[in-house]
Amino acid sequence: MEQKELIPHLFRTEFSKIVAVLCKWIGFEHIDIAEDIASDTFLSAFENWTYKGVPENPTAWLYTVAKNKAKNHLTRNKLFTNKIIAELKATTPASEEFELDMSEENIKDGQLRMLFAICHPSIPQEAQIGLALRILCGFDIDEIANAFLTNKETINKRLSRAKEKLRAEKVELTYPTGGEMLNRLQTVLTTLYLLFNEGYYSESNDAVVREELCNEAMRLLELLMNNKETDMPMVNALYALMCFHVSRFAARKNSTGEIILYDEQDETLWNTELITKGAFHLNKAAQGNQVSKYHLEASIAYWHTIKTNSKEKWENILHLYNHLLQLSYSPIAALNRTYALAKARGNETAITEAEKLQLNTNHYYYTLLGELYKETDSSKAKQHFEKALSFAKTSADKQIIQKKIDSL
Amino acid sequence: MEQYALIMRHEDGMKVASPEQIQVWMKQTMDWIGNIAAQNKFVSGTGLPFADAKVVKTKGNKPVVTNGPFGDIKETIGGLIIVKADSVEEAVEFAKGCPVLQGEGNSVEVRKIAKDDGVH
Repeated sequence: MEQKELIPHLFRTEFSKIVAVLCKWIGFEHIDIAEDIASDTFLSAFENWTYKGVPENPTAWLYTVAKNKAKNHLTRNKLFTNKIIAELKATTPASEEFELDMSEENIKDGQLRMLFAICHPSIPQEAQIGLALRILCGFDIDEIANAFLTNKETINKRLSRAKEKLRAEKVELTYPTGGEMLNRLQTVLTTLYLLFNEGYYSESNDAVVREELCNEAMRLLELLMNNKETDMPMVNALYALMCFHVSRFAARKNSTGEIILYDEQDETLWNTELITKGAFHLNKAAQGNQVSKYHLEASIAYWHTIKTNSKEKWENILHLYNHLLQLSYSPIAALNRTYALAKARGNETAITEAEKLQLNTNHYYYTLLGELYKETDSSKAKQHFEKALSFAKTSADKQIIQKKIDSL
Repeated sequence: MEQYALIMRHEDGMKVASPEQIQVWMKQTMDWIGNIAAQNKFVSGTGLPFADAKVVKTKGNKPVVTNGPFGDIKETIGGLIIVKADSVEEAVEFAKGCPVLQGEGNSVEVRKIAKDDGVH
């Protein structure tokens, strides 16, 4: 890898590890110092490697430099020395010399603790996702702004406000225990679910960033699954859901970036390896007797990995949506459920129910109504599609709807 | 928005249905609840199985326990769901879709849920 690609690549993978391990050592309240040290390390790498060439083991180089910078910081900064050393003395054995433990085990432990610290109910979900992207996934502020379709200043403000709040709440890098663990795990899963959705459904045009958001959400879930205490059924269910969705990545866009709808996808492009992996984790999720919304969504996604329409398929999907809506309502689930109702019970039944949904500003709602009327009443279908067009926001959505009108 | 309980009453709880018939009813009930939930009007619900049911009564100041939900009358409650609705009329519209009503003599009772406001 060329140096100009290598550093950003290493930044993505190593920045978060350095920050996590540093924070585990100096405490979450000093996260800004940890971030500064990590950023500084990469700055040194950039300066050094440009003149002296890339070292044989770049990762080890980064860790050594980070360690030294941390050490220097310890001795140099008066505030740091006075405040933190005093605290550290109280918590670590006196004989222990300052040594940054960059072993794989300690990195994973640090990142897992960080995940729980960031996904704290005291800060808004958007801030949790932003912090996760910055601190756990090594995204730079521009990339986060891009993913959220906003600007750098907004993200910077959001992140520093969130960190301040976490400091005020005295959040520590410790595992929650007992019942608190389950509560917090739910917040963590919601954040990872949203992080994934941000990537999967984002209106941002940057396909690479989008795919990376999905991959990062999955990587962080793997951290949870590799830890005995957090390897719970609902964690596996969410992972299965992501596997099934990502399996269709290659099939859902054509070469010009237009979205290809499910029915028109070339299923030979579906990633069978991921589908198998998803099925494995869905099976694992079936242990225990709790059915979370992730179980239901993963099961629905599983049925969608079978392209052939059968009575059994739609009967099952309808049943799962009926269940899902009782647990947690969302307009998109209501619309998808109505589509399944049409497949399982016929368009007429579905139209009656669709008209009761009254999602009057939702373009998917009118697209669905248009679809349901298409075969029996093309003028009504056209009316609905045109209404959908007027509410659609992205050009991708408008394109899809226009195609439907043209093909009537 | 108010909450209403839709209470499903069976005229004759002793009637035994075939497993196939029960499955059809279950499916219809799930669809019915799904229809309500899709409008974001479902709050909660539960079936009330007849198995293991007991009735506790008082006879001469002493509680007497008998088997079965039926007592002297055959009518029994099969389950209930709670829905959100703007008016009792809307709740009645939900009730009309209840599959229990396919059985002659069965009924769905619509009752407003008391608010915990110190008045009700």
